[in-house]
Amino acid sequence: MRRKGPVPLDALLASKEMVLVLGSGGVGKTTISAALGLAAAVEQGGRVLVLTVDPAKRLADALGVGALGNTATRVPDEAFADIRVTPRGELWAAMLDTKAGWDELIRRHAPDERVRDAVLQNPLYQNITGRFVHSHDYLAMEQLHDLHASGQYDLVVVDTPPSRNALSVLDAPARMREFFGSRLLRWLTVPYRSRLFTVASKPFYQIADRVLGSGFLRDIADFFVLFQAMEKGFVARAEQVEALLGDARTTFLVVSTLETAPAHEAAFLARELLRRDYDLGAIVANRVLPPSLTRRGAATSATRLAAAAADPDGALVPAVAAALGAAGPPVDERVVRDVLVEVATRFHDVALVAAREAERRAELAALTPQVLDVPHLDSDVNDLRGLMTLVAHLRA
Amino acid sequence: MRGGALLDRRLLFVTGKGGVGKTSVAAALAELAARAGKRTLVCEMDAKGSLAATFDTTPLAFAPRELSPGLFAMAMNTEDSLREYLRLFVKVPLVGRIGPLAHTFDFVADAAPGVKEILAVGKLAYEVREDHYDLVVVDGEATGHIVAQIGAPRVIRELVQVGMVREQTTWVTEILEDPARTGVVVVTTPEEMPVTETIELLGRLETDAGVAPTAVVANRVLPALFDRRQAEIVDRLPDAEDVLVEAVGPGVRQVLAAAHVTEARRRVGNRHLERLRAGIPAGVDVLYVPELFTKATGRRVVALVAQALADELDVA
Repeated sequence: MRRKGPVPLDALLASKEMVLVLGSGGVGKTTISAALGLAAAVEQGGRVLVLTVDPAKRLADALGVGALGNTATRVPDEAFADIRVTPRGELWAAMLDTKAGWDELIRRHAPDERVRDAVLQNPLYQNITGRFVHSHDYLAMEQLHDLHASGQYDLVVVDTPPSRNALSVLDAPARMREFFGSRLLRWLTVPYRSRLFTVASKPFYQIADRVLGSGFLRDIADFFVLFQAMEKGFVARAEQVEALLGDARTTFLVVSTLETAPAHEAAFLARELLRRDYDLGAIVANRVLPPSLTRRGAATSATRLAAAAADPDGALVPAVAAALGAAGPPVDERVVRDVLVEVATRFHDVALVAAREAERRAELAALTPQVLDVPHLDSDVNDLRGLMTLVAHLRA
Repeated sequence: MRGGALLDRRLLFVTGKGGVGKTSVAAALAELAARAGKRTLVCEMDAKGSLAATFDTTPLAFAPRELSPGLFAMAMNTEDSLREYLRLFVKVPLVGRIGPLAHTFDFVADAAPGVKEILAVGKLAYEVREDHYDLVVVDGEATGHIVAQIGAPRVIRELVQVGMVREQTTWVTEILEDPARTGVVVVTTPEEMPVTETIELLGRLETDAGVAPTAVVANRVLPALFDRRQAEIVDRLPDAEDVLVEAVGPGVRQVLAAAHVTEARRRVGNRHLERLRAGIPAGVDVLYVPELFTKATGRRVVALVAQALADELDVA
């Protein structure tokens, strides 16, 4: 649904229970997700959980999530005390563990112990769960559903996995549902259940046997026969998970930098969310250059600076050297001259990038009035202090 | 020559974390090779169409298209690859019958480990084996998936005991594991996660996929403009802001802001590059491609990246 005017970040977070963070790889999704969780925990109170997928090690350490699987851990009070912040609520973090998540699903949906153990011990199981129907994406959604349904959290922020296709997160539940309902699955498993080849499938099996070897094909079929025993549970679950995406308590945030490729992907994602009638909470434009760089006065000043600094008899260089010397240790005029000329000349390069970014931003702003800008920061964000800086920018 | 005679390989996989410019680098390497007179094929592995966009051309198909003299481009497609495979190796000529078959196969391929990858990698290795091209450049999967892609023949050999596919893995593996013929180029930017993933991948590529890494391309590197003394002045320039505003106008504040942002980015990037150099195995060269300050996109970017790589590789 389209919003009329921009909604402050805090109001957005306060009105939702689930936040899904989308965007292409390398745009800072994980960091922004952590910042959103932090913002909610500090400002609004309650229990907030950030479910991350693959955080940078130092950020994971800062949040207290290690290689412990998908157990949620609370960011300790001391960590907040260190940065002199008293949060109203609690910030929890967990890491998505695909393998453990799958095992959990099998345990839940297996009709009996025999099927459960047969699946968990099937030689193909591990290989397959790591790959098919974009299992990362589905599991992220599945865990969101569980965490929300557990009633333990007021807000759950999900950092979605990096995928080859940005839409695969949104499509994952439907794909899981369709997978079990597919004629192909039935068709594939029929001959091994009834030992009767249908006319239609016969040529397939003849060729497939030659190419893949019958043993491999039978292993696959055995596995899917077992899997079919869990159809009911899986399908019902996938439907619930799918419904969650369109729930009024769910909102989506699309993160992007203002480079061409990620911004196009972000625009595509935003359009797709709107088309599906999902709630597009905001687009976060990350690591942007100051828009003021594109002002005409800036370019004029840069040109004048280059000329004034290069002039050997000019008054500018001695004046700057004097000002610097007055504020700190004395400086060499020749060094000042070189620096000023270089800074002035290079300005146009940076301004060019800023101009390109402004165009990208306008394209995104046409999709939602809610575009939150986060500037280029002077250092990597990998602790609570850095995240608080991000929060401040997201709020501004 | 740096980069270990990169372009003399027959099959080059280009990988990297999402967003680092993997496709531009793959396109640029292919363009360089073609310019050097090699008959070159560049192949896009996912169906996103970014290679076509990079070359400013219409969507690519499974059948290679000559974009410029000696430079051919294609997009991988499992179903087409299966058709070709059945026609060439299993001698199944009836296309009509393959229709539903291919669908089923696609489904099995989705579920069964390595089947999709072996069809794709097998096709590329086939082009090498048959000497259809001097060089095949693959715009490969991202760092998280590249091992599954290149290592597919190994997985298949473990899971499939008999059948034609198993026999084929023998010659495909032979090509992949020959460092004189096959290479892997990992693209990164001077940022935290791309560098971490690059180091991590380089550490396990040979063990897990049997293919040795060849070179790392550090993309979008901001050139060092200032020595230590000059950098100190850049940091102190805000102290002279009033003088500068008076002399050249208030717009100078933006000029100082731009210098500050760029210097900060370069310093953070430098630390990551140091980490990269310290973390990669001996014998793997790092090739540097500078940040491009251009408003151009597409083919112009390919040309600029190609030029930067040519300088690094010391080729024309």
